[in-house]
Amino acid sequence: MSEPQSPPEAPDQAPVPAQDVHKAKRGRNIALALGLVSFAILVFLVTVVRLGANILDRPL
Amino acid sequence: MATMTPAIPVTAQPARWQDYVQLLKPRVMSLVVFTGATGLICAGAPIHPLLGAVAILCIAIGAGASAALNMWYDADIDALMRRTRGRPVPAGRVQGAEALSMGVVLSLLSVMFMGVAVNWLAAGLLAFTIFFYAVVYTMWLKRSTAQNIVIGGLAGALPPVIGWAAAAGETPLNAWLLCAIIFMWTPPHFWALSLYTSEDYEKAGVPMMPVVAGSASTRRQIFIYSLLFVPLCLVPAFTGLGGSAYLAVAGLGGAVFLILAWRVLRSKAGDSPDPRVDGRLYDVRAGAKDARNLFAFSILYLSLMFATLLVEALIGAPAFMNLIPGAA
Repeated sequence: MSEPQSPPEAPDQAPVPAQDVHKAKRGRNIALALGLVSFAILVFLVTVVRLGANILDRPL
Repeated sequence: MATMTPAIPVTAQPARWQDYVQLLKPRVMSLVVFTGATGLICAGAPIHPLLGAVAILCIAIGAGASAALNMWYDADIDALMRRTRGRPVPAGRVQGAEALSMGVVLSLLSVMFMGVAVNWLAAGLLAFTIFFYAVVYTMWLKRSTAQNIVIGGLAGALPPVIGWAAAAGETPLNAWLLCAIIFMWTPPHFWALSLYTSEDYEKAGVPMMPVVAGSASTRRQIFIYSLLFVPLCLVPAFTGLGGSAYLAVAGLGGAVFLILAWRVLRSKAGDSPDPRVDGRLYDVRAGAKDARNLFAFSILYLSLMFATLLVEALIGAPAFMNLIPGAA
């Protein structure tokens, strides 16, 4: 499926104020950053739970 | 930072983060989390709380991913239906390609994370569920057969099995019993809804049962499925899964379910076009009220049964009876 890079502009559509565009982008960026940081923390915690006990029990 | 090109005024409403959350169908996601958690807890197997939470999270993300793929593929028909035309892709707030890439990335992420963190049986079942919903149901069955939601209902029925597999590493009979209950619940639930939204489906060319077979046949099939569904709901009380509270809820709720299904059978729901208020599922004209009541009660009934199983498993309530020792 081919998607256009940007939707065609409707002639009767008023421009969206730049501050609204900025606000929407900022919100998306913050949400993405929070998602990525949470995922990294989750992977760390799962690693500790899955491997932690095995590392302590390994033969020296 | 200075730029050489002049700023071009943006005319499209920019996508907000909430639009991407809407792509994941959070309401469906919450139901899937609930049934998946019920399977995980009812398994009664020891699992680290964090890994249990990760399993539920992966089920939720997998469900969200398949919803995003569904919204990408169905944008054309979603735009034609009152219930769905406000979704982010048909409304033009999110591009189809974005929904597709989000669906693919989250599918891979949820399956891989489930496999690495929990176990590969649960991951395999999750992958199958996403594939079944996004490809078998959305891309094939939905537009080609009136049995679309009967067969496609398997995707919505699998989360408790995934939850059970995540905790126990196996899927015994009782896990599949939970799956069977949701599977048999889906036709009367969806057909009751489609009896008063069939105008929308007809406009979009989706062969929902009332569009293809007519409303009288749909009402009859709702009743037949209800006759099979309600006795099935009682079975967990006899396989060592549900206790006496579950039996009471399943029995009494089942009786109400059958009465409502009988009323739908005797009603004229779906016989005439329904001028509903946009996007409001519960505002229907007089003739469709019986279908609306069954639709609303079906959600309550399933939720109550699973909540009872969940509470019984959490407090360690004894099973009512176990006629099949190997089931649990």
